[in-house]
Amino acid sequence: MMAPLFSSKLLLVLFFGTLFGLILGVLPGLGPTTGGALILPFTMTLDPLSAIVLLTSIYCAGTYGGAITAVLINTPGTPAAAATCLDGYPLAQKGEAGRALGMATVSSTVGGIFSVVILVFFAPILAQLAYEFGQPEYFALAIFGLTMLASIGEGSPIKNLIAGAFGILISTVGKDFMTSIDRFTFGINELTEGIGFIPVVVGLFAMSEMLTQSTLINQVFNRIALKAIKLPSKDDYKKTWKTILRSSGIGSFIGVLPAEGGTVASLIGYSEAKRFSKNPEEFGKGSIEGIAGAEAANNAATGGAMVPTLALGIPGSATTAVILTGLIIHGVRPGPDLFREQPDFLYGIFGAMLIANILFFIFGFFGAKIFARITLVPNKILWPMIFAVSVCGTYSLNQSIIDVWIMLFFGVLGFFMRRYGFSVVPVIIGLILGELVEGTLRQSLVIFDGNWLMFFTRPIALTFFILSLIALAFPLIRSRKIKKNND
Amino acid sequence: MKNVQKQKRANKSLPFFFKDEFRVSLVIILISVALLITTFTFDIVPPILNRGIQPATFPKALLVLIIVMTLLIYYLATKNPWKVEKKLPRSFFLTLSSFVVFVVVSKTLDFFLAISALSIFVSYCWGEKRIFYLLLVGIIFPIIVFIFFETILGLRFPPGIITNIYYS
Repeated sequence: MMAPLFSSKLLLVLFFGTLFGLILGVLPGLGPTTGGALILPFTMTLDPLSAIVLLTSIYCAGTYGGAITAVLINTPGTPAAAATCLDGYPLAQKGEAGRALGMATVSSTVGGIFSVVILVFFAPILAQLAYEFGQPEYFALAIFGLTMLASIGEGSPIKNLIAGAFGILISTVGKDFMTSIDRFTFGINELTEGIGFIPVVVGLFAMSEMLTQSTLINQVFNRIALKAIKLPSKDDYKKTWKTILRSSGIGSFIGVLPAEGGTVASLIGYSEAKRFSKNPEEFGKGSIEGIAGAEAANNAATGGAMVPTLALGIPGSATTAVILTGLIIHGVRPGPDLFREQPDFLYGIFGAMLIANILFFIFGFFGAKIFARITLVPNKILWPMIFAVSVCGTYSLNQSIIDVWIMLFFGVLGFFMRRYGFSVVPVIIGLILGELVEGTLRQSLVIFDGNWLMFFTRPIALTFFILSLIALAFPLIRSRKIKKNND
Repeated sequence: MKNVQKQKRANKSLPFFFKDEFRVSLVIILISVALLITTFTFDIVPPILNRGIQPATFPKALLVLIIVMTLLIYYLATKNPWKVEKKLPRSFFLTLSSFVVFVVVSKTLDFFLAISALSIFVSYCWGEKRIFYLLLVGIIFPIIVFIFFETILGLRFPPGIITNIYYS
């Protein structure tokens, strides 16, 4: 299975990808999505397998890296580590930062490896099922993926849906791919090819974060010193093994759902750990189970999110949207045919994810102290450097200065979106699913001779539509439940 | 939590046109309406070439959906107001204006110069006064990035007063 990985070049890529991912995860405001987007142009110099191995190792290690900052400075390095702050930082304040990070490292590794196993078994099955899918089924599936946006994060479901619809709208800019008619080009030649994915991602994530950081230049972090990372004790293992396994399962399942990623997984993993705990009163005050629950879940979501990405071409999270773009740029079309035609390529990715999870355990265990020091790089030095890389990286794909301006525009837009409670992740998912939604809708209507009702005569499509309704109703039910509990 | 409630109360006392929810909704709706009008200028495909729906139909439907959902969030905000956001600091506006300067300089003078100027300006505005670090972020690092992209990716940067010297 891992034969393709036994080349020194791939192992080197894996090594650097994991290292780079950890650094990205540790730095608040960056993370695997932004980092993946920034590194994407560099992957053009690599063969497809090396490129995707690089991106997936960044994904796995970056998701774990967020925990280091969450525990030591109470700021999640990545959004997926937000739940880790709740107990990681209080435990570190008690002088047990090493214990907190030890548990975060072990549970992340277990969660990550668990999810790779799920990926290896589940992705081929899903791909097999996808052979039954025609255009109407793919349309219904894409709609399901988009409605799942309603429940990502803690933000308003309607705002998430607006952002998702906006993402799809961006995908319609340029020549219509079926009739070659210009749409929203406003006479600008460069827009006829459409708006690229990289300028939008780098703008929405990196540039908007730069603007956010510009509002926080006087913010002072209370850093907790880390003496050494400690492996969990026997007692800690006894307390947490059930939580780690449960959260690994939850994380993998949430990851498989289209559009849902590590952030949702860690929040659910954390709340379930609290619900099943014998000591729920300790949560929020430095509970070791809280750290285990959140970290196992967010890393388990990585393998889970790769399932729909590889088997169906539907991103399971924002970072897998970047990986999906990487696949497409390198001429690899994800979907059922990939499993039949390029099994070596796929097993290379599976093996790489497995090794990345082991590598970040080693790097985390022996190097957490060094990685923690990266957070000491002042923003006034770091962000201008990120700006230079962002600009050159965005320019490099099409050698177009317009792309750079588009990136800056989306940076400003992303800043104001985040300021007023609109998540930027749905825009990315919408942009990547946009062509699929419109293309499959129009082709389905050709098949159905314009009769919309025919969608409901296809059992798989109907199932996805029902699931979409449930996905839309879920945030409503959840908020009512929370309100009821508060009353 | 108390702070959020306080901010929400403060928001309730403002006239409606000063409230964030009104201004944000208005901007979204105005842009959506403008784009919706634009869709009526798209070419119409003859029935023989038409694949399912006209090219303008899908964007039209999306824009109507966005307008409806925006009205819905505004309606919900009248019952549960958004929290009032803090005023943006001077450093934000300086960073934002540096983006504008970047666009102008990269278009008229030089791409490298634009990156270099923005990096030094932003770093300085954010509090860096040490010359070595300003040179590091504004000149040394962009040169490394330029050379890296040029040699590894074989990238050719747009012509300009400094880039032309490098290429010559």
